[in-house]
Amino acid sequence: MELYELTIHELHEKLKRKEVSSVEATQALLARIEATEPKVGAFITVTADEALAAAGEADKRIAAGTMDVLTGIPVALKDIFLTKGVKTTCGSKILANFVPPYDATSWERLRERGAVLVGKLNQDEFAMGSSCESSAYGSTKNPWDLACIPGGSSGGSAAAIAARQATATLGTDTGGSIRQPASHCGCVGLKPTYGRVSRYGVIAYASSLDQVGPVTRDVRDAAIMLGAVAGHDPKDSTSVDRPVPDYTKALVPDVKGLTVGLPREYHIPGLDADVKKAMDGAIETYRQLGAEFVDISLPHTDYAVATYYLIATAEASSNLARYDGVRFGHRTAEAGGLMEMYVKSRSEGFGAEVKRRVMLGTYALSSGYYDAYYLKAQKVRTLIMHDFLKAFETVDVILTPVAPTPAFRIGEKVNDPLQMYLSDIFTIPVNLAGTCAVSVPAGLSKSGLPIGLQLVGKPFGEESIIKAAYSFEQATEWHKQKAVL
Amino acid sequence: MKYQAVIGLEVHVQLLTNSKIFCGCSTKFGAAPNSQTCPVCLGLPGALPVLNKQVVEYAIRAGLATNHSIAPRSVFARKNYFYPDLPKGYQISQYELPICINGHLDIEVEGEAKRIGITRIHMEEDAGKLVHADVPGVGDDSCVDLNRACTPLLEVVSEPDLRSADEAVAYLKKLHQIVVYLGICDGNMEEGSFRCDANVSVMPVGSDTFGTRAEIKNVNSFKFVKQAIEYEIERQIELIEDGGKVVQETRLFDPNSGTTRSMRGKEEAHDYRYFPDPDLVPLVISDDWVEDVRLSLPELPASRLARYQTELGLPFYDAEVLTATRELADYFEACLALYPQAKPVANWVMGEVTRGLNDSGLAITACPVTPELLAELLKLIDAGTISNKIAKTVFDEMWQSGKAPAVIVEEKGLVQVSDTGEIEKIIDEILATNQGQVDEFRGGKEKVFGFFVGQVMRASKGKANPAVVNDLLLKKLKG
Repeated sequence: MELYELTIHELHEKLKRKEVSSVEATQALLARIEATEPKVGAFITVTADEALAAAGEADKRIAAGTMDVLTGIPVALKDIFLTKGVKTTCGSKILANFVPPYDATSWERLRERGAVLVGKLNQDEFAMGSSCESSAYGSTKNPWDLACIPGGSSGGSAAAIAARQATATLGTDTGGSIRQPASHCGCVGLKPTYGRVSRYGVIAYASSLDQVGPVTRDVRDAAIMLGAVAGHDPKDSTSVDRPVPDYTKALVPDVKGLTVGLPREYHIPGLDADVKKAMDGAIETYRQLGAEFVDISLPHTDYAVATYYLIATAEASSNLARYDGVRFGHRTAEAGGLMEMYVKSRSEGFGAEVKRRVMLGTYALSSGYYDAYYLKAQKVRTLIMHDFLKAFETVDVILTPVAPTPAFRIGEKVNDPLQMYLSDIFTIPVNLAGTCAVSVPAGLSKSGLPIGLQLVGKPFGEESIIKAAYSFEQATEWHKQKAVL
Repeated sequence: MKYQAVIGLEVHVQLLTNSKIFCGCSTKFGAAPNSQTCPVCLGLPGALPVLNKQVVEYAIRAGLATNHSIAPRSVFARKNYFYPDLPKGYQISQYELPICINGHLDIEVEGEAKRIGITRIHMEEDAGKLVHADVPGVGDDSCVDLNRACTPLLEVVSEPDLRSADEAVAYLKKLHQIVVYLGICDGNMEEGSFRCDANVSVMPVGSDTFGTRAEIKNVNSFKFVKQAIEYEIERQIELIEDGGKVVQETRLFDPNSGTTRSMRGKEEAHDYRYFPDPDLVPLVISDDWVEDVRLSLPELPASRLARYQTELGLPFYDAEVLTATRELADYFEACLALYPQAKPVANWVMGEVTRGLNDSGLAITACPVTPELLAELLKLIDAGTISNKIAKTVFDEMWQSGKAPAVIVEEKGLVQVSDTGEIEKIIDEILATNQGQVDEFRGGKEKVFGFFVGQVMRASKGKANPAVVNDLLLKKLKG
């Protein structure tokens, strides 16, 4: 097995036993990036020099015997995480030259444990999209089929794992942005409960929905990464002050007696036959492992996408106001006055999807429309939250597809935003409910594209979904399939 | 037709916290531009606000001191608009659910008491500052200084209960006095620590429908508030009398001309798109916290004013002067604690102490004659060691040197002469050399008595005990 193909825990063992150095592992990944990037395009920035320097430091730490499980592990971050001294674009032209003066808390936590940053990953602009096509830096290709999208918005985070360009990555998930690309690229993607991981230093899209999480090769790596970034941050008022369990303790293949809910409302007409087949297969696997299934109802599911697109865009319209050309980011070269500077800087700096959502959100918050749109959406959000809490009175986890179809072709839905929005129909309700979910490889389509299953847990029930996901992974071979590049 | 003005005030109170409302940067005034900033108050991508607890405590103090209910749960909201001094493109404020609701202040204008309702007090962050011209090395460009961005403010919104400029000023002074008393604001109106916008409208006397209001900005002294409101009332009445209509607009007060002029009309009014800030959790305040703050409140001016009259027996005038600022009242009480006779202490504080402060430009907190020194001085008078008149000389000497009064009296030989023999000697001399006046007195012209007292005091260099002088003089003249 090549060094670039290893999981965190596999590479850690080799580093610990001094079979390999972090510099060697990092070099292997940088070489892999160089070889595969022309095809995949997962990175916006590759930080080769900084990575090798950090790997050298990590090797000293390993030699000194003070290593952590992440020491010397080459990771990459979605370009939404602020990295001190390393350009951070958020996939947007408006931040083309933005070099942050500080680190995101989640990256700081990885860095302090000795993780090595190999680069910053492509994404939909400001995390607005499900295909990575709205990036100002070009589309990332799905390593399983280069004509297909990798999913989004954390498309680069998933593609880099599938292309073996990084050992682990971080993404963010506002409506499915970790789970959907993980599903499309055959990786594990975990969206923690809202408040579990600090948002400080993560460029905000929709503040009440955004959450940081890992994209990895297997469930164990996801548990390791989550454990490293989770926990209260005094700099984020919405981060929750409760102890972080050792998530690797939940890596026990045992689902006997586990009650799994199957939401009635998720049987939608547009569900792809291969996805349905993968789901049926997964249910059968769990059944054989001793899990019990019950039908449940999440009655407000129909309203989730509409609710999401009101709340997320409303928050985004305000969050993106700071990109005004005054203090950082793009400023138009030709402005006569203040208003013109605002209009031109923003018109030039933002892409079409961002403009669409800013306008939608501005409208939803406008005087006279606020009650009908934003306020009503908040009320429906509460109902959706209650749907889940009620379901969790009788079930331990909920099983659903991640996306209604496998990865679609690049360009296929670009001109049909509504179709694009509907591809997040199974993931969005989880963000609205504020709870946690994980995407695990569960099959391949007829054309050989990965299909993921989604396990939704109770708020702060990460251990239960990790356990259920791990059990499935141990019983199947799907996570061992590899994209051929 | 006769018109009635209707006025409501919105007051911004800058809080005296060491750090800003949502980050740890210093709030000190006058530092080099943008030297007191961080990712949060610069509005950098990814930065998040964290509420300063001290601000909440100050808001509770202000709320309790102005008779508000403290909301057990309040919510921060974003007020969205674009301006270069507003780094995030929105101001974090409170909107639907402010921290303090339903308060009031009692004011008195020309002997008439009146209760002014206060709708709410909410917390918010200030914006930065734009500097437009003459910035060294920058030329004509506008510059943004974000040192002030994110400094904590309270906005105090009154009901439209005020009916004249005088009432507005009385309310404003009262509010100013309270926030300064509470130690939550330095009250400096010139530096903008306490600033006021006035909503003014007029309606026919007897009407119960308010007229269209204009909002007047930039009134940063009590004098200007009075001027601006009076001008605006006049302007609106004239406009209506001339058949015109008042339009809802924002007007700017120009202190040079004493007039107001239109800034922007309603059609240009912002739609601020308020919504709850998802970066901040709802603020929950326990009853215990409110009670703790209530117990820690200093005695407020209204209560002191009443107590000075009822318990200390001071006249209204004295009580009002002494309670004008917390520091002056504290000084008075510190002295009173050592020399428990209210009226003499009041006289000295309102007389010599105030005169000394005025002449030197010092604040009461920097008064060289401490309450301890003043009390000692008063005790020397009581003991008959020095006369009231000599005491004033000693006071001046204390002001200069800071020495204890007994030391000064000793050093300068100012001890009062009460020895009857010595005084008798002086009197005899005076009477002998002023036989004409002695005859006048004895002839019934008793007014010349004062002349003799003056002569004796002068001869004794002010040291003769006046009571003894009076006594002996009377005996000698009548005897």
